[in-house]
Amino acid sequence: MSYVASPHSAGASFSLGVLDVMPLVVGLIPFGLIVGAIGVQVGMEPEELMFMSLAVFAGAAQFIALDMWTTATGASIIATTLLINLRHILMGASAYPIIAPMPAWTKLPFLYVMADENWATVMRRSRTNPPVTPAYVIGVSLPMYLFWQVSCFTGTQVGNVIGDPARWGFDFVFTAVFLTLVLGFWRTDGRFAPIGASAVAALIAARVLPGSWFILVGSLSGLLAALLTFRPQTGRPETGQRETGG
Amino acid sequence: MSGSLEAWLQTPVAIIAGMALVTAATRYAGYLLLARVMLSPRTEDALKTVPASTLTAIVAPTVFATDLPEACAAALTIAIAWRFPALAAIVAGVATIAALRQAGF
Repeated sequence: MSYVASPHSAGASFSLGVLDVMPLVVGLIPFGLIVGAIGVQVGMEPEELMFMSLAVFAGAAQFIALDMWTTATGASIIATTLLINLRHILMGASAYPIIAPMPAWTKLPFLYVMADENWATVMRRSRTNPPVTPAYVIGVSLPMYLFWQVSCFTGTQVGNVIGDPARWGFDFVFTAVFLTLVLGFWRTDGRFAPIGASAVAALIAARVLPGSWFILVGSLSGLLAALLTFRPQTGRPETGQRETGG
Repeated sequence: MSGSLEAWLQTPVAIIAGMALVTAATRYAGYLLLARVMLSPRTEDALKTVPASTLTAIVAPTVFATDLPEACAAALTIAIAWRFPALAAIVAGVATIAALRQAGF
């Protein structure tokens, strides 16, 4: 009942969510096709690959698991998956205030399918147009989950028909969307220290550490920078007022 | 016993179940932690910056340390997003990188 004050009906909220996540869903499709195709290539049954896509639903982790599939032990594949997904812990913590008031049937499935794309979209909405409604969260998450399954399944059936998605710039969809989101976050809270610390730490970590450690290193460095530059008197400005630096 | 467990752990279904389990654990852990722990204003404030810094960490190597097309397309995306709707910036960024790569950069 706390969502009655929202200016949108549930249907309109849902549609808005679908619309907001659409560019990211379009970007996901070629990667789903590739994951499906690679899965079959490394000797998985289509049912096994679909079990992975339905139950794990984590693009980067799935890619790397398939890369290791024929050579690595099960334990090392699972450990690598854990490492790649450790950033979810921080993501879930930051989403807590937004989803805590929602009914269990919204927040439990949302957390199960929480990935960079739907999480970031929900977090942005919580800054620009609070409060975020359950219908919006579902509208953002459901198409992403469904399109991932459909594109992975199609990949298992038709094999690799699109070649390298990078050739058409599909890989850059995520970078471009995330850049616009970072810009939006910076504009609403005006803090550059966490972003700067994260960028520098991630660049260094990407150079000296293997795999995707750089994401966690950058993210934690940003958190540390935010802790160190905390000033109790500054609330976050609701409109355009921008300040840079710590 | 440990031998047969090890053999079972190598079956695709067991590996995938393990992946699903650890992934779900990371997805619920942060939420469950915050449901139980009272945060100081400082920590609460810092958590609000997590989206910006996590997304920055994800894109930083692509933007600053990959190649010329990535750096150019990223700069263009930010420049356009500064004044225009995000979707226009995203389309322009992707088109730029596709064109530069097709051109052989």
